[in-house]
Amino acid sequence: MKPPPFHYHAPTTLADALTVLGETGPHGKILAGGQSLIPLLNMRLAAPAHLIDINRLAELDRVDVDDGGVRVGALARHARVEADRSAAEAIPLLRQGLRLVAHPVIRNRGTTVGSLVHADPSAEMPAVLALLGGSLDLVSASGRRTVAAADLYVGPLESCLRADELAVCARFPRPAPGTGTAFVEIARRRGDYAVCGVAALVTLDDDLRVAAARAAYLSMAPVPHVLDLIEAVAGRPPDTADFAAAGRLARGRLDPEDDIHATAEYRAHLAEVLTARALREAAEAAVGALGASRPDPERAT
Amino acid sequence: MSARMFGAPVQRTEDERLLTGRGAYLDDLGADAYAAVFVRSPHAHARVRDVDVTDALDVDGLIAVYTHEDLTGPMAEPLPLLLPHPCIVDGRTPHALAAGYVHHVGAPVAMVVARDRYLAEDAAERIAVDYEVLAPVVGIEAAVAAEHVVHAGMSDNVAAHLVQEVGDARAAIAAAPHRLELDLDIERSACTPMEGRGVYARWDEAGGSLRLYSSTQTASGVRAAVAAKLGLDVGRVEVVVPDVGGGFGVKIMHPWPEEVMVPWAARRLGHGVKWTEDRREHFIAAAHERGQRHTVRAGFDDEGRLLGLDVEILHDNGAYLPYGVIVPIVTSTQLLGPYKPGAYRVEFRSLYTTTVIVTPYRGAGRPQGVFAMERTMDAIADRLGRDRAEVREVNLIRPDEMPYDQGLLFQDGRPLVYDSGDYPRTLRMVKELIGWEGFAAERERARAEGRRIGIGLACYVEGTGPGPYEGGHVQVGTDGRVRVATGLTSQGQGHHTILAQIVADELGVAMSDVEVTTGDTRRMPYSVGTFASRGAVMSGSAVALAARKVREKALRVAADALEADPGDLEIAGGRVHVRGVPGAGMDLGTVAVLSNPLRYAFDEASRAATQFARPADHAAPPVPEGDAPGLEGTDFHSPLRSTFANGAHAVVVETDPETAEITILRYCVVHDCGRLVNPLIVEGQIHGGVAQGVAGALYERMAYDADGQLLNASFMDFLVPYASEIPPIRIAHLETPSPLNPLGVKGAGEAGVIPGAAVIASAIEDAEGFPVRSMPISPSDLFGLRRRFAAGEIPPLRRAERARGRRANETGEPDV
Ligand SMILES: Cc1cc2nc3c(=O)[nH]c(=O)nc-3n(C[C@H](O)[C@H](O)[C@H](O)COP(=O)(O)OP(=O)(O)OC[C@H]3O[C@@H](n4cnc5c(N)ncnc54)[C@H](O)[C@@H]3O)c2cc1C
Repeated sequence: MKPPPFHYHAPTTLADALTVLGETGPHGKILAGGQSLIPLLNMRLAAPAHLIDINRLAELDRVDVDDGGVRVGALARHARVEADRSAAEAIPLLRQGLRLVAHPVIRNRGTTVGSLVHADPSAEMPAVLALLGGSLDLVSASGRRTVAAADLYVGPLESCLRADELAVCARFPRPAPGTGTAFVEIARRRGDYAVCGVAALVTLDDDLRVAAARAAYLSMAPVPHVLDLIEAVAGRPPDTADFAAAGRLARGRLDPEDDIHATAEYRAHLAEVLTARALREAAEAAVGALGASRPDPERAT
Repeated sequence: MSARMFGAPVQRTEDERLLTGRGAYLDDLGADAYAAVFVRSPHAHARVRDVDVTDALDVDGLIAVYTHEDLTGPMAEPLPLLLPHPCIVDGRTPHALAAGYVHHVGAPVAMVVARDRYLAEDAAERIAVDYEVLAPVVGIEAAVAAEHVVHAGMSDNVAAHLVQEVGDARAAIAAAPHRLELDLDIERSACTPMEGRGVYARWDEAGGSLRLYSSTQTASGVRAAVAAKLGLDVGRVEVVVPDVGGGFGVKIMHPWPEEVMVPWAARRLGHGVKWTEDRREHFIAAAHERGQRHTVRAGFDDEGRLLGLDVEILHDNGAYLPYGVIVPIVTSTQLLGPYKPGAYRVEFRSLYTTTVIVTPYRGAGRPQGVFAMERTMDAIADRLGRDRAEVREVNLIRPDEMPYDQGLLFQDGRPLVYDSGDYPRTLRMVKELIGWEGFAAERERARAEGRRIGIGLACYVEGTGPGPYEGGHVQVGTDGRVRVATGLTSQGQGHHTILAQIVADELGVAMSDVEVTTGDTRRMPYSVGTFASRGAVMSGSAVALAARKVREKALRVAADALEADPGDLEIAGGRVHVRGVPGAGMDLGTVAVLSNPLRYAFDEASRAATQFARPADHAAPPVPEGDAPGLEGTDFHSPLRSTFANGAHAVVVETDPETAEITILRYCVVHDCGRLVNPLIVEGQIHGGVAQGVAGALYERMAYDADGQLLNASFMDFLVPYASEIPPIRIAHLETPSPLNPLGVKGAGEAGVIPGAAVIASAIEDAEGFPVRSMPISPSDLFGLRRRFAAGEIPPLRRAERARGRRANETGEPDV
């Protein structure tokens, strides 16, 4: 469990990093928090000839919140994003997802952008990005592009980044007003990757009826999988909406696989149960959010 | 008089050093040593056609590559079968490096030595081994079917076969008023200590001697085994065991292939060589345990009294049998627990499979045996519609029946005779602790909230502290400090603390004046090792006996100097003085000076022991006949038999009706390990044991695929529970002294783990209303069982049916 030899680069500016990345091409790998990459190197499952350590690029260590949403720089650790109050107020789902990512020590080092790029189908933050319809900013020596979450994920542990591209920032858009979210998952041990996880979003219209209901799934497909479940609950007030029906709908559209921790049948069953739980929780949050943001009609008069 | 240390909840003296990072583990030693790495088989079963090292030779820093071809003499022979037994039909052991065949993924094929570990791994990666893949044999079913055999020259996969019988069990079952049969299954797990194995060797060319450091549970065993392999007199091999980060049984196995290869290479290269196991290696190349299947047939009367018990055990021993049949023997004998079946027949077959070897893991076969017996008790109770605790109660051995002879031979080759214990009281106490009587109401309350809970119970008896012997050496220095050595090794249990407590009391000194050394053959060459919960029983007794000798001598020497009668003296606070006259005495350090008649004075203190210092008896020699200079003593404890500890666990679990998640709500332990040397340490041992019991019941399993690949050989996928998964544990102690040793103690190291699978299965089954017959059980497994139950493939528990009937009656629904 020692890595094979590699050249180590520690650029101090983004420009230098991009130059090295451009030169090393497919032989180079970016090292961020190292929480996924280092184990792969130690087990000799990856053997890049060059490691480009971005930990000195202080300019990427930032979390910005504005009307559009939350932008998370490539060096922002999970723990920092989780602790950021204005980020959590803008998009509660960030914190709801982050507290389920591994354990505090890993969140102290691992980066949110690293997790998004790493594209583990059991990871929480790719599901969050996908559910919110966010995107990733990529730069290379030859240019810059923004890739939508829907186009980012190609397969398990495979994103569409080119070898010379560095993800500088993730953009999580603010959900529509009247939206509540929830993240529920079942893991074998606290902090483990989920056997099944569901991030859910419910938007209520001005009449407090369900106008949008979507869920994103972990460990249920090769990539973060988003389902629009509105047809099961459209137009219903949250307390009479049939979220169980939405669970059944979701189950019918998912085709999970067996692994050593769970059968496909159990996963599918969990997806159904957790979908209902997550949507219900999200709907309650939506009601709460509306209550908080809207002046109380009785008080106002 | 200083306060008695024996029995006091003294904090561990080891902890400050270990918790502040000042421990020195194997990998902390030998910074300048070459690093060894092993090329391991990627196949479960294969013939090694060729090992091509050409590519590796280019790696800068490579020192040597060895294969079986390089080994001669005893090194080229198979490793020893440590524990021979007449029931072994064909005992196969591995070679240090594969001799033509590999029989499990992870078997060492070549050894690479390089300047450091990185380079050694680079070189190892470039070694090309040409394998002819042979058919794997994975799992008990495949081993029994014997469509393929693991070892050439065998016609099946049976390594050993043993029948033990007391009375005519089959006839007793046939004649019994009630009968039942159960098929039970326990999967593989493993010790997984934090620190893996490791060996570091230095060869001294001038002295022709070897210094070996190993992360082992037996210094003396490794010493003898390595000496034999290297053709050295044991006097030329020193084994020193540094701090060890956990063992739990796996490190009692010896010598490992790596443990002979490393010193062999160190001698050949004339340079220190070190090997530190990594986690993946530990999963695929150390040892596992637990995997067994049982068929139980029981005959019983209307009260649930067992009249006959007939158990067939299939035991998966993995690729080889170096540790003999200790595990299935322990299962077969300890299965009986605190009960007395009218007649008992037990038969086991130990089977080769192309998987990692099986050697004792904390509990060592007992968890499986207890699982079988306790599942049987629950099944009897269910059949008869009786309370599960009541059925156990009628089968218990009573205190007035002690010592109780079960009529079998135990793992130490000695009669299975329980020395002492109060089993009915143990059971009463655990029922009280968990709230057994009030549980029906608790269950109803939970049910009203839509929650599903269940309660379980399990009892066990554990043979601890087997011989043959352990030794203690106690020496008082002229500085008054007491140096204690025992040969067995410590892996974090707190031996240093409890041995110091014992010696402090025996000698009348402060604990802080006692220094303990374990596992160093330079200090105590005669020893067996740390296993079978024997540290306190064996070394505790041995150091107590040695300390008594020292005390006797101290009194004699001091009496001579003080011109008093030894019978009038006592030792307290490190001083020998006339009883009742603290002023009339001398420090133990001074006694140590006087105990060694000197010609020369080196300092003020030693002047007192020189020839003109005081009047002498010219009719006697300075060192009396039969005596020796120095204030020290050595003694050994060699008990007649093992001493038997016992206990009972009870648990309440909740199962989520929707997600099948299993949560432990409370866990209670009643534990009797004789006299407690240190309750704090015993409770720590119980906590750790229960954690491993919960692990084996709900989390850990070895996921081998049909090809013999271990799919979860990492801590990512082999689910050792975190602290967050372990419930709070309530403990109550009973102290029934053992008559078999001078301290009245029994072993405590393994107990916590033993009833884990049994008690949790009992509670889950109680919550769900259908039988649970195999462990471990994950939420996914429970979900699968629910599906099968709903489909009518699993029968309901009778008591669940009855309860449903009752509820239906109460609500006026028809009783179906
Ligand atoms: C024990 C353990 C448990 C874990 N459990 C969970 C869990 O439950 N849920 C979960 O989501 N995650 C979990 N993780 C993973 C953790 O979240 C990692 O932090 C994350 O996957 C990767 O982030 P990192 O910064 O450590 O990336 P690194 O390990 O440094 O890199 C990962 C990959 O992304 C690439 N990369 C990183 N940053 C960039 C960038 N800016 N641009 C381009 N490529 C980049 C690297 O080249 C590499 O291929 C766990 C990790 C461990 C060790």
